[in-house]
Amino acid sequence: MDLGNRFGDDGIQWGAILKDAGLAALVALVLALLLFGVRLSDGGGGGLEFRPWWVVIAVAAVFAGRAAVALWIGTRKPASGTALPWFDRAVARLSEHKRLLFAAFFLAVAILPLLPVADRRMVDLATLVMIYVMLGWGLNIVVGLAGLLDLGYVAFYAVGAYSYTLLAIHFDLSFWVCLPLAGAIAALFGVLLGFPVLRLRGDYLAIVTLGFGEMTRIIIINWSSLTGGSEGITGIPVPTLFGLRFTPSPAAGETAFHQFFGIPFGGIHKLIFLFYIILILALLTHLFSERMRKLPMGRAWEALREDEIASRALGLNPVLVKLSAFGLGAMFAGFAGSFFATRQGFINPSSFTFIESAIILAIVVLGGMGSQVGVICAAIVLILLPELAREFAEFRMLLFGGAMVAIMVWRPRGLLAHRVPSVRLGQAPPGALRGGLP
Amino acid sequence: MEYFLQQLINGLTLGAVYGLIAIGYTMVYGIIGMINFAHGEIYMIGSFIALICFSILGLSGVASVPLAILVVLLVTVLFTAAYGWAVERLAYRPLRGSFRLAPLISAIGMSIFLQNYVQLLQGARVKAMAPMVTGGFVVTERAGFQVTLSYMQIIIMALTLILMAGFSQLISRTALGRAQRACEQDQKMAALSGIDVDRTVSLTFLLGAGLAAVAGVMTTLHYGVIDFFIGFLVGLKAFTAAVLGGIGSLPGAMLGGILIGLVEAFWAAYFAAEYKDVAAFSILVLVLVFRPTGLLGQPEVEKV
Repeated sequence: MDLGNRFGDDGIQWGAILKDAGLAALVALVLALLLFGVRLSDGGGGGLEFRPWWVVIAVAAVFAGRAAVALWIGTRKPASGTALPWFDRAVARLSEHKRLLFAAFFLAVAILPLLPVADRRMVDLATLVMIYVMLGWGLNIVVGLAGLLDLGYVAFYAVGAYSYTLLAIHFDLSFWVCLPLAGAIAALFGVLLGFPVLRLRGDYLAIVTLGFGEMTRIIIINWSSLTGGSEGITGIPVPTLFGLRFTPSPAAGETAFHQFFGIPFGGIHKLIFLFYIILILALLTHLFSERMRKLPMGRAWEALREDEIASRALGLNPVLVKLSAFGLGAMFAGFAGSFFATRQGFINPSSFTFIESAIILAIVVLGGMGSQVGVICAAIVLILLPELAREFAEFRMLLFGGAMVAIMVWRPRGLLAHRVPSVRLGQAPPGALRGGLP
Repeated sequence: MEYFLQQLINGLTLGAVYGLIAIGYTMVYGIIGMINFAHGEIYMIGSFIALICFSILGLSGVASVPLAILVVLLVTVLFTAAYGWAVERLAYRPLRGSFRLAPLISAIGMSIFLQNYVQLLQGARVKAMAPMVTGGFVVTERAGFQVTLSYMQIIIMALTLILMAGFSQLISRTALGRAQRACEQDQKMAALSGIDVDRTVSLTFLLGAGLAAVAGVMTTLHYGVIDFFIGFLVGLKAFTAAVLGGIGSLPGAMLGGILIGLVEAFWAAYFAAEYKDVAAFSILVLVLVFRPTGLLGQPEVEKV
């Protein structure tokens, strides 16, 4: 319904707004009546709990919300293109100093664990957020730059984690040897999976990658002799710093980290070390994708995302271009996966469900597809908030889903949608900087 | 042979359910060209509404089983269709004309939202119900192995057949069906010739959700166990069915559903039951790679 003309010459049209809100409340009543009003008992038995007040509250909330939205839209000036013009201006201003912001962010993050206030929990949380930032940046290559919607990204994460674990346990290789190997295996996996399906249209591709993700998980669960089934694998070794191990009691003839530097042993040293590893890995991912955007390959990704037919007419080989994005994205997921395995010390298939893929995708989408800063912001909001506010955690996935819909409806290019075009002809017209891509 | 026959019956039953859900995917894809990822969740909501209705009827002491099933079918279809309508209105309609992947991402968000919505409202634990329709025919019996065709399976297949027949009539004969086919071919042209495109799309979602609700009632009656997560896998398989049959084609959806049901039943019976989901996904990949138009679909021409 068009709410734009509620604000007529004779003031706010209360009648229209009330009627509209009443209709919304009626729909809410239908939707809420059974699912809100009646709670099934767990298991069998058929016992029911009736809660009429929930229905009343839900309907009242929808009525009030709808009326408030109608009033808010009605009293604003006619829409000026985007929903939040002041926000766009702020983003545009900020992105002029993008490099500075990035440097500041990384500096702040880099000294974080060295501050006296840093405790185990804080470093641990920062590590967790950085894992998702890295995964977000990795997926951003596939989704944001190449425009391939990958719903099975977690499969490559799993392949990386299991490759590292199996290599480290069976062949006794160190983390630093396994890391590139795990990345290469994940990339190979990506190329193998991608090759037959990358010809498909975007939405088909999404569903097929989702199927691959689930298949990988099911195979990991059932191939118990190799992967330990749903119990997973424990006792994954921790990386060493140039051969220095993080252990209170090193084996004979070995120097531990704290002995080498002559400091008392502290459990937090290992966490800080792990944090720096993921920080460097994430930074690598970022630099890689920023450089790629300036190389012919990255340009080809973006060209293909914008218009496949035109790119093909210009002589790009779409399968090759897509495959490279898919494989490189998978490689970074493989790196992140091996880091995840070594940080946890154990892995099992329950860490690699579709929900995980959806969370990573939500980070990319909410941040603004193709935007590197957006991924950081989204990862902080989506990962840190639920960890800090436990009572909020129950609603986490509900809000995830709702936010994905809301972002698509109001700001389809993501929260930080502002993106400077990689290539531009001459001087851009003054209006072109606002509101993302045309 | 008896074992084979029994699996055939089970597979056909399962396939009928997949087919009912697949119609929702195929109709929506045909008319607005998007994969309604939340459709599996609509089926799950249908199952919950059905179980709630059965429980209420059970408490109020309705003794007649056919009456109870009829009432629950009607109520569930109505309430679930409301969800289908609301999802389209809130999450998809504002996105017409947005960039290509926007509706799909919105649909994924909707799917996650609905799953957690039901989990928060009804709890994460499995809900169950005692079977209402028991008994059946013994088709053949040899060496102690009975091939049974339960009354419930008969109801499912009969209802599916009736709905399918009704639906093909609806699409080919009524004004709504004509409007749907017109929108499928060219929305702008349809709008110019006086068809309310928004209304037609809304009705398509209502119908699709209604069929998913019927599937929900049937599986709740037949298997008796539901939780908030059932929509995900069933939705994926129904989508596979729609693709296998040729997306956009109604008979294709039914055919695809039955084939997927049969593959799943036989795979679980003769190969490894743990890998039956992998079998369904492999079919999806193989069909998309080698025959993207499906069995009965029309080839799609990409226009500039």
